[in-house]
Amino acid sequence: MSILLDRRTRVIVQGLTGKIGTFHAQDMKRYGTKVVGGVTPGKGGMIHHGMPVFNTVKGAVRETGAEASIVFVPPPFAADSIMEAADAGLKLCVCITDGIPSQDMMRVKRYMRRFRYEDRMRLIGPNCAGVITPGQASMGIMPGSIYLPGRVGIVGRSGTLGYEAAAQMKALGIGVSTSVGIGGDPINGSSFLDMLKLFEEDEDTDAVVMIGEIGGPQEAEAGEWAKHNMRKPLIAYVAGLSAPKGKRMGHAGAIISAFGESAQEKVEILREAGVTIVPTPAEFGPTVAAVLEQKKKAA
Amino acid sequence: MDIHEYQAKELLSRYSVNIPRGGLAYSPEQATYRASEIGGDQWVVKAQIHSGARGKAGGIRVCKSDSEVSEAAESMLGRKLVTKQTGPKGKLVSRLYIEETVDIAQELYLGIVLDRKSERVMIVASASGGMEIEEIAEKQPDSIIRAVVDPGAGMQQFQAREIAFGLGLENHLIGKAVDTLMGCYRVFRDFDASMLEINPLVVTKDGQLLALDGKMSFDENALFRRAEISELRDKSQEDPRETFASDRGLSYVGLDGNIGCIINGAGLAMATMDMIKIAGGEPANFLDIGGGASPERVSKAFRAVLADQNVETILVNIFAGINRCDWVAEGVVKAIREVGVSVPLVVRLAGTNVEEGRRILAESGEKVIVTDTLAEAAEKAVESMRAFSKSKKH
Repeated sequence: MSILLDRRTRVIVQGLTGKIGTFHAQDMKRYGTKVVGGVTPGKGGMIHHGMPVFNTVKGAVRETGAEASIVFVPPPFAADSIMEAADAGLKLCVCITDGIPSQDMMRVKRYMRRFRYEDRMRLIGPNCAGVITPGQASMGIMPGSIYLPGRVGIVGRSGTLGYEAAAQMKALGIGVSTSVGIGGDPINGSSFLDMLKLFEEDEDTDAVVMIGEIGGPQEAEAGEWAKHNMRKPLIAYVAGLSAPKGKRMGHAGAIISAFGESAQEKVEILREAGVTIVPTPAEFGPTVAAVLEQKKKAA
Repeated sequence: MDIHEYQAKELLSRYSVNIPRGGLAYSPEQATYRASEIGGDQWVVKAQIHSGARGKAGGIRVCKSDSEVSEAAESMLGRKLVTKQTGPKGKLVSRLYIEETVDIAQELYLGIVLDRKSERVMIVASASGGMEIEEIAEKQPDSIIRAVVDPGAGMQQFQAREIAFGLGLENHLIGKAVDTLMGCYRVFRDFDASMLEINPLVVTKDGQLLALDGKMSFDENALFRRAEISELRDKSQEDPRETFASDRGLSYVGLDGNIGCIINGAGLAMATMDMIKIAGGEPANFLDIGGGASPERVSKAFRAVLADQNVETILVNIFAGINRCDWVAEGVVKAIREVGVSVPLVVRLAGTNVEEGRRILAESGEKVIVTDTLAEAAEKAVESMRAFSKSKKH
C-alpha cells in the first residue's frame, strides 16, 4: 500500500485558514487526498472552502476521525502545533514550516518520547515538501503532475531536487510508490533510516532512491543500516560537492561542520556500504533504470 | 549569526562565568584610556573580528606601556586581518578589546554544540586547551569529555561535576567549574545559541577560573525572539554580497567562481552547482530564491548575482510546481529588462507548463540561451562563460 499515506488516510490541516494553508489544502483535495477539516484556534465552527474548522486538534480528531495532520503554521508557533498533534493521538504529522528554532525541535522530539513507541506519532519534516503517494494522495506542496504512480520509493531532504529526480524517472516511464521529503533542518522528525525501514517492508516498493546533502550523520547512518539489513536496491545522490566548509547552503542543516559531513565523504561511505551512487544530478533517471533492469535480470 | 568576543564575554559574565577585566576601544586614544582604567602594567590588545586564529595573524598583542597599547591599536584599526579562517580577503578590524593579562597555570577547552546525532545540546570539554578542537580530537582524543543534556530537564549539577573532575581540576576549583559550566549552558539555552566555545578557559596561578576567549553563534531561526542578539550583528564582518542578498530576503552564499546561479530550492541549487563543477566550471554563488520564484524575487536575484564583479555568465534553473513555468518565464523576461544583463544568460525551466515557458523566453527577443535538461544547462553555461571570458580579454 505504499508507505505513510494512501487515498483512505483522513487528513486535517493545521493552519487551514491562513493563505498558504488554504491554497495547499485545496490543491491536496484536488489530487484526491481525503482532507476532512482543519484547525485554527479561535475559528472553530467555521466552514472554510467546504472544510470544517476546529479550535483544537483533539476536537478535530473527535469530530472527523482524522489520523494525520499537515502543519502550515508560522515558525514561532509550529513546534507547539506539532506537540498538539502528537498529544491528540494522530499517527502521522507532516510539518512544512521552514524556520523553526532548533531548540524548539529538540523540545518536540523530547515531548514525543512520552508516548510508547507503538503509540508515538510519526513526524515528517519540518522544512520539507511533504509526502506523496502518486495517484492516491498528497500531504505537501509537491506538484502532483511530475510523479508517475509506480514502485520506486524516494526519500530526500530537498523539495525541488526531489522533483528533478521524479521528473527524470517519469521521462523514462519509471513510477514512484511514495516520495517523502524529510526536510533540510538539522533536527528533523524522521531520518533517512526511518524511511528506509518503511520502504524495505513495503510490498509495493521495489527499490529506493535516497537524495542526501552535506551536513549531519543521517546518510552515513542509513548506508550502514542498509548494508546489513536492506534487500531492496538503494540508489543515492549527495548534493553539495562544491560547498565550502562552514557555510550554510540555504537549508539550516546543510553545513559541513565535522568530519564525514562533506558530499565527497558521504558518497565514499555510501559506496563502501554497497549503495549505487547517482554520479551527477542529471543521471537520476538512467541510474534508477539500470538498477531496475539489473534486478529484473537477477530475478 | 556570529558575534564578537567582547559581546560573548559580556553575555557570559551575566551568567556567573568569570572573565578578565577589559574594555572596548574604537581608537588608539580609547585603547590607552581603557588600559589606564584597567590598571596594572601589562595588557592585551585584541582585534575584534568574526574569526578564530587571530593570534598567529597578528591580531592579539601583549603590550607593556601606554605607548605600546596605542601603537598596537593604531596598527590594527582600519586594517583587514587575514587569518586562516577568514579567507584571503580578511576581515576589517574596527573594534579592539583591551584586557588585563593573567598568569596562566593551565589551559582548558570548553565547547557547547548542537549535536545532530543525539539531537540534543552537547558539552565538550578537554584538559588540552589552547589548541583547536579538531587538533585536540586528532592528537589527544582521549582527553575529550562529552555530556549530552536532556532538553526537558536541562543540564544537571552532577553532569557539570563529572566534567570538572574529568578535567582533573583540584578540589577548590570544582565549585567554580560547576558554576562556569552551568552558566555556559544557561547562556546557550536562554539566547538560542548554536555554538559556544571558550578556548582557552584558564586556571590562573592565583586559583581563579577565567574565560580568556569567547566565541558564540546563534540560531538564525530563533532571532525573532532574541532581539537583544539581533542587535549584536556586525555587518562589516560579513561578505558584502551576502549582506546585500540577505537584506532582500534571499538565501545567498558567495563563492569564488564566475558562473552566477539563480535557483529555486536549496537542494536543487547545490545539485546545479555540482553540475557546473562537473562540466568544468566554478559557481560564483549559492542562491536559493525559494519556492515562490515570483517576478520580484527573480529580479532581486539578478541584482544580487550581478553585484558580484566576477560573474561572467548567469545560469537560472527553476523547477516550477504550483507556480507554472509560463509565470516564471514572464518574471525572468521582466527581470532582464529591468535589471539589464550584460553577461550571457542560460535558462533552464522544468515542471508545470514548461513548453509555454520556453516559448515566452524564445519569443521575448532577449538574448537567452534556453536549455532543456540540467546537464545541458551546465554545459551551455560553462561554454558561454569561456566564450565571454575570451572576448573580454581581446
